[in-house]
This record gives sequence, structure tokens and C-alpha cells, in this order.
Amino acid sequence: MAKLKKLEDFRAEIDQCVKCGACRAHCPAFGAEKHEGRVARGKVALADALLKGDVDLEEKFLLDMSQCLLCGSCCAQCPNKVHTEEIVAATRREIAKRKGLSTFGKGVGTILKHQGVMNTLAKAGGAFSKLLFKKIPDQSGLRLRFPAPFIAADRTLPPIAAKPFRERHPEVIPGVAGQPRVLFFTGCGINYMYPDSGEALLKALKFLGVTVLIPQDQVCCGLPAVSAGAADTVESLAADNLAMLRRCEYDYIVTACASCHSGLTQIYPGMGAEFDEFKAKVKDIFVFLVEQGLPEKLAELPKADQPIKVTYHDPCHLRNHGITKEPRAILKALPQVDYVEMENAASCCGLGGTYSVYHYDTSKKIGAKKAASIADSGADLVATDCPGCIMQLQDSINHGGGKQRSVHILDLLADALP
Amino acid sequence: MLDNSTLATLQQLCGKENVLTDKADLICYSYDATQRQFLPDVVVHPATVEEISQIMKLANEKAIPVFPRGAGTGFTGGSVPVSGGIVLGLTRFDKILEIDEDNLVATIEPGVVTEEFQKTVEKVGLFYPPDPASLKVSTMGGNVAECAGGPRCVKYGVTKDYILGLEIVTPTGDILRTGGPTMKGVVGYDLTKLICGSEGTLAIITKIIVKLLPKPAAKKTMLVMFSSIDGAAQAVSDIIRGKIIPTTLEFLDARTLECVRNATDLDVPEAAQAVLLIEVDGDPEFLDKQTGRISDIVQPLGVVETRIAETPAESEALWQIRRSVSASLRRVNPKKYNEDICVPRSKVHDMIRKIDQISEKYNIPIVNFGHAGDGNIHVNIMIDDKIPGEEKKAEEAIADVFKGALELGGTMSGEHGVGIMKAPFINLELKDTVVDYMKTIKRALDPNNILNPGKIFPSDK
Ligand SMILES: Cc1cc2nc3c(=O)[nH]c(=O)nc-3n(C[C@H](O)[C@H](O)[C@H](O)COP(=O)(O)OP(=O)(O)OC[C@H]3O[C@@H](n4cnc5c(N)ncnc54)[C@H](O)[C@@H]3O)c2cc1C
Ligand code: SF4
Ligand code: SF4
Repeated sequence: MAKLKKLEDFRAEIDQCVKCGACRAHCPAFGAEKHEGRVARGKVALADALLKGDVDLEEKFLLDMSQCLLCGSCCAQCPNKVHTEEIVAATRREIAKRKGLSTFGKGVGTILKHQGVMNTLAKAGGAFSKLLFKKIPDQSGLRLRFPAPFIAADRTLPPIAAKPFRERHPEVIPGVAGQPRVLFFTGCGINYMYPDSGEALLKALKFLGVTVLIPQDQVCCGLPAVSAGAADTVESLAADNLAMLRRCEYDYIVTACASCHSGLTQIYPGMGAEFDEFKAKVKDIFVFLVEQGLPEKLAELPKADQPIKVTYHDPCHLRNHGITKEPRAILKALPQVDYVEMENAASCCGLGGTYSVYHYDTSKKIGAKKAASIADSGADLVATDCPGCIMQLQDSINHGGGKQRSVHILDLLADALP
Repeated sequence: MLDNSTLATLQQLCGKENVLTDKADLICYSYDATQRQFLPDVVVHPATVEEISQIMKLANEKAIPVFPRGAGTGFTGGSVPVSGGIVLGLTRFDKILEIDEDNLVATIEPGVVTEEFQKTVEKVGLFYPPDPASLKVSTMGGNVAECAGGPRCVKYGVTKDYILGLEIVTPTGDILRTGGPTMKGVVGYDLTKLICGSEGTLAIITKIIVKLLPKPAAKKTMLVMFSSIDGAAQAVSDIIRGKIIPTTLEFLDARTLECVRNATDLDVPEAAQAVLLIEVDGDPEFLDKQTGRISDIVQPLGVVETRIAETPAESEALWQIRRSVSASLRRVNPKKYNEDICVPRSKVHDMIRKIDQISEKYNIPIVNFGHAGDGNIHVNIMIDDKIPGEEKKAEEAIADVFKGALELGGTMSGEHGVGIMKAPFINLELKDTVVDYMKTIKRALDPNNILNPGKIFPSDK
């Protein structure tokens, strides 16, 4: 089974940090709490000290290492391309190895590794949705009625799908001969919380005559477990997905979730060469749609009389891979959309896997900045390309008392298509 | 180690959460961009000038050294706690207190980040020119303490040219003001200028009164590639003799261009052996004329290619070559010594020639680029520190570079300061009498040698 790298495997990369401090300008965690332990430079220094035996796993060390959204904003601007997000993830695994996983980490492990547990939980959630959640008056989203472990009482949540997306569809949805055959890696967000975005994706691919494969044996990409430092879980999920990817036949793998995209193109290939052939096939859905000439086709549709003002939020895990133009190209081509660019479109939303679980207050601070940018842009909707971001953006908007809604670009696309 | 009563007093003064003693915290405040590490005993983040005054009084009483720190981006170790003690973090002083549009003056706290200040004044059509490459993170306090400069300084001058007055805490804990918001003022010694560039050894800066300019209406960028460094150097002299002062006159030498070619896919023709990046600013109609004149002036000097940006995107593309340098250099060798000598601008090509000879003598790559317009050359000595003997060679080469700059009437440092990195070399540049004069000032103001000891001057023998 392919293995994640150990902290000591990052020795050379840690030495690449020249302590220039450039990351201070880009790290959302540092922006919210101006402490050097929050920023990449400090975390790399701490990882270095741990490797050298100069520091123990003391409380402050654990706090600093937990204060990272693994967003890679630092690396994107680092002159030496030091992957602090990977170094922190490896440090968390090292912590788990020495001290055992946190309760939350164990929970993540159990749930993610067992597809059946996930489905049962989700179904229970779906059926009891009304019992569990209450509607937030005048705003979009739900809140928990009762306290639950690890979820803040004031966090906005989407409803849980009554029937998970993947269970609604056969493995193959045939398209038109001569068109590509794509595997849809749905991710958990779309499968359990935002199935409508998945339906929207199917509508778009059907419009183009593309054959879609929805393998039932795909599992979570494992990013939440990366964040929790649960190495075994990541490795076992990666192995299951590898088997699934090997079993199926397709031209491309499409994702509509920034985290899944990064799981398939960055985390897995970092574990071993066996993932390389699949990495080459992975495409974010909007990259795929642009390549298939969708913007030109959209341009032929009649324009709406009263377009909606929409802005775009760059999910970190797409921005880091240089995917910024394609989602905007689709949005701008939509007949019902009046696109406006917001300031700080590329700054992190503040979710960051386990970050928002352990540090909901700082997560909210980061989110508040984003909500302010959205409001300043004058947009009614903020569209993006990641279920996690959609949830966090709506939560941030609601905390600020805003009326905007966060949506997947796919939802808007489906509205526009005949 | 600090005794418990000192710690308790610090906690009472600044609040428990602003006094850090855990190992993990100490590690995070032990370094700057020199990558040298020294652990402090405690990190304190005060919020008011009174707190700082009390801290200094306590430190004098207990003989604990105090090291002021901004963003920790210094290139000479100015903020590192070489002898333990207190790191005094100034990031909570992060307010822009006033922008006075009638008098073109702003009052700010030292923890304000340079770029944030620039963006804020630009929103009301004003301009703060000094632009160190670290401006996205460096603090204004750090900029004043190091008298930071940048590309725009050819035309607009360095940090000290914009500082009208300060509020400071003296090394013994007194709070006082120097200068003030007037454009002129000659009553008594110019203490403001003394503090600018004093590297946190004479005072802790707690407020800064800054002079502003109207924001230039437009700017235009051009990039000229030359077949030799002589052509580029001559171009610098001729442009300035032609009575044009560009805002920016950056140069890259042949070795730098080679690094850029190897590390990026930017379009840099083989024939280009030196590059000048030139920017002019002012009224839009004026700019085309200026770039036209510059093109005429440089034409006879072996120009390989001239690119003139017509849009902001094109301008950014031209800057990309300059911005890619830092990362490209790393490919040459893992460890880089980054010096920032400054020579009279007519001597830039003499200096480059000397550096080439030094590079040959020690057989180590030396890559040069920088601010040709003011003769400020970033000399990057690249070694593989895993090879035994390389570090020693690099140090000897550095001394030779400094001597070379001094022979040409230059200085060891144009903008990064002395700190700990250049302290061993200070006697090359400054006569004993000058060093004594400076040390007399330091001793008089800081009799117990509490504030940022071990910096600038080689340790007393
Ligand atoms: C990538 C990079 C590029 C750079 N480019 C340039 C450049 O183009 N031009 C240039 O001039 N420099 C440059 N520098 C050097 C550095 O950024 C500057 O010296 C900057 O002014 C330091 O600011 P800082 O806030 O990081 O200060 P620090 O590094 O924290 O401190 C620098 C010195 O200032 C003192 N200090 C800080 N705050 C105060 C205060 N409030 N009161 C008294 N003393 C104080 C410290 O004790 C120390 O001696 C660069 C550095 C990096 C890493
Ligand atoms: S930007 Fe990169 S090299 Fe610079 S301090 Fe941050 S992690 Fe280190
Ligand atoms: S990954 Fe994100 S949160 Fe973590 S250090 Fe880098 S920029 Fe900061």
C-alpha cells in the first residue's frame, strides 16, 4: 500500500526555507492572529526543531501545528516553494504517532474508512433532518438544534441529502458516440450534502453528450484525514480509490470539489508513482468544460433581461494548481450572470478541514474578511467550485448578517442550460 | 534565564497572554531573514508606549537585554536576541493614526505593514515612495530603524527622507518626541535622522510622522537588453546625464540572466548579457516622450532588444524577469550570502568587473543585480555549504567585495544595515575615530548597554 511521507522525509524541504517571511503576507491563520507560530515560517522552524529534538510536543507546539488550514497559500507565494501545508500535515501524523490520534481524528478515521457507516449516518441525518436542524430565519442554511460534538452551535450547515447522490444513479450514464468518457469523482460534499450540484454536473455533461461513469466503489479522497493526521485512514482510502480507478475505463476523471482535486493530483501522487497515470487524467470540471468548448456554446444562449450579480471565490486548492481562469470563464459566459470580480477573491475562506473544528473562532475571523469582500463587490451570489467553501462562505455571510447566498457554479450552469 | 519576579512584573504590565516563555514560542521569535537563530528568554508584545517605558526601566534595573522586533525580515540580524533576554515584538502597534490631507503628513504606529500604509494613502491620492522588496510584510518601524530603500529610491530617496518626526522610548525608559509635523525644523540636533537607520540600538520607535507626496498620475515600464554590462552601465550614466531621473533603474548582470534562463521559461535571448528595467512616472502625455528619449540615448550602446509596456499587464510581464531572480538563484547553489554594497553610480561597471575577478579568484559563482540607478548592487555569493571550506572561501570573498566597493568610494551596505552580519567588517569602512564617536553616543544614551546589544559594533575587546 502506498504510504504517506514521514516528517523526516521533508528534511531537505525544511532546509529550503530561508526565513524571508514572505508568507506572512499570505497566510490566513497569521492574518487572523498575528503570532509568528501561526505562519509558515514559524511552523517550518518548529518542525525543524522537532526533528532536531530541540522541542517537545508541548501545548504551544500542538496549538501552532493545529493552527494551519493546509491551504497552501504560503507555498503559492514562497520564493522557494516550501510546501508548509505538507510539512504541517506530516508533523500532525508524527504527533499522532507519538501521542495517538485525537478523539476527533479517530472519529474521522472510523467514519471515512467505512462507506457503510457514512451512508447510514447520512441517511439517518437525512431522515431526521428536521429534528436535527432548524432553519435560520431570513438566511440561507440550517443550524443544529442540539449541541453535537465538534460542530459549533452557531455554524450554518447545509441539509443532508435524503438519498446520497451516488445511490441515485447507475454506474454508467451513456452519452453520444465519439464524445469522451469521464469518471465523476463526486467527493463526500456532493454525495451527501450538495447532491443537486452533482445533478447539475450530469446535466452539463449530458448537454455535451459526454458519457459519465459514477463508480459506486469510490470513497472519500481522504483530505479530512490528512488534516487530522490520520495516516492509516488516508492510506487505506487511497488504496481503495486506486483499485476503483484501475478497474474502470475512462478518458478523464472530473472533480467538482477543490479538495478532491488536490487529493487526486497532489496528496496521492506524493504517496507513490502508481498514482501518476491517474493524476494526468484528473480535470477540474470547469477546465474540462472549457476544453470542450462550453463557453462558446453558452454565448449562443439568449441573455437574461435582469441578470444576477455574481462573484467568484477561488478555492485555495484550485488556485494553488493555477486553476483560476476556467471557473470564471464559465461564469462570465452564463446568460443570466452579471459577473463582478471581488477584492481578495483568492484569499482562503477559513474552513481548512479540522481547522474550523478546533479553531472555529479564528475560522470565523478569516471568514468575516471574505464576507466583507463579497458584500463590497455588490454581488447577490458568490459562486465557487468546492462544497466545503460553499458551506463556509454561507456561514460567514450569515454571521455578518448578509443576505447573499453561496452556490456552486454548477448550480447556475444547470439553470442556464436548456 | 529570567527570575520569576521579573516575569511576574512583565505579565502584570502587559497581560499574561502577551508574555511568552514556552519553548515553541521562543523558537518562533529566534530568527530573521539571515536564518541565524538565538533563543530569547521571553517574548513580550506590549500595547502602549507606557508599557514599553516600564519594560525598559525594569530591564535596566535587572540588566536584561531588550531586542526590538518588527516583522523579522531583516537581512543582517538586527532583531535577533544574540544574548537572550527580551524580544520586544511591536506588531500590536499597528494603527494608522492620522492621514492629514491638508498638510500631506501621516502619523502611524511602527507595527503598520509598509504596503498596507502605501495602499491606504494611495486611496486618497497620496504617495509614500520607499519600496523595499519586503514591503508586503516589513513593518514601518523596521523600515525606519534600517532606513530601508527600494527601486523607487533613485528618484524619490530612502525612508529617512520621509520621516519628519518620531515618538520614541529611550534605552533608559524615557518617552520623548523628536521633530514634528512641519516640513522644516532646526531647533536642536536632528534626532529624527539619528534614530533613522540606528537599527534599534538607540531608541524604540513608537510613533512615526511621515511626509507624503501626491500620487503620480501614471507610470510606464520599459526593459532594455544589452550585449554587454558596459553598455548597460554606460546607459545608466547617459540617462542621468540626459537629465532624466527614472523612478526605477534596475539591472541584472549576465550571470543573473543565465540563472533566469535556466530556471524559468521567460523570454531572455542568449545575446542579452545585461538588462535594465526602467520605469518613469508623471503625467501620461509626458511618459511617451521620456521613454522615447531613453530609447534614443541607449540605442548606440549595444542594445539587443527594447520592450516597452503599453498596459499594466505588459508592465507586470516585464517586472516578472526581475521578480523571478531570487528563486532562480537557488538553482545555482543552496546557500547564498546576500550583500548590498553601494558605489557611486558611475562606478557600477568597475565594481561588476572587480566582482567577476573575485569570483574567479575563489572559484565561486557570484551573481549581481540591483538598483543601478543609485549604484546599489546586490551581490549574491553562492556556495554549497556542505562542501568543506566553502564557507570560509565565501567569507574571504565577501571581505574582498567590501574592500573593492570602498576603493571605489562606496559603502558596504546601501540598505540592509550592519546588524551582526557586517559588524566584523565595520572597521574596513569606518575609521576608529568614527566608530568611537558613534559608540560614545550609544554609551551616553544606553549606559547599561540594554537596547539591542551586540549589533553594529564588533564586540568590545
Ligand atoms: C525578501 C526580502 C527583501 C528585502 N528587500 C529589501 C529592500 O529592497 N530594501 C531594504 O532596504 N531592505 C530589504 N530587506 C530587508 C528588510 O526587509 C528591511 O530591513 C526592513 O526594513 C525590516 O523590517 P522588519 O519590520 O522586518 O524589521 P525587523 O527585521 O524585525 O527589524 C529590523 C531592525 O529594526 C529594529 N526595529 C524594528 N522595529 C523597531 C522599532 N519599532 N523601534 C526600534 N527598532 C526597531 C530591529 O531591532 C532590527 O534592528 C529585504 C528583506 C527580505 C527578507
Ligand atoms: S515564504 Fe517560504 S522561504 Fe520564506 S519564510 Fe515563508 S516558508 Fe520560508
Ligand atoms: S497552509 Fe495556509 S494556514 Fe497553513 S501556514 Fe500555509 S498559508 Fe498558513
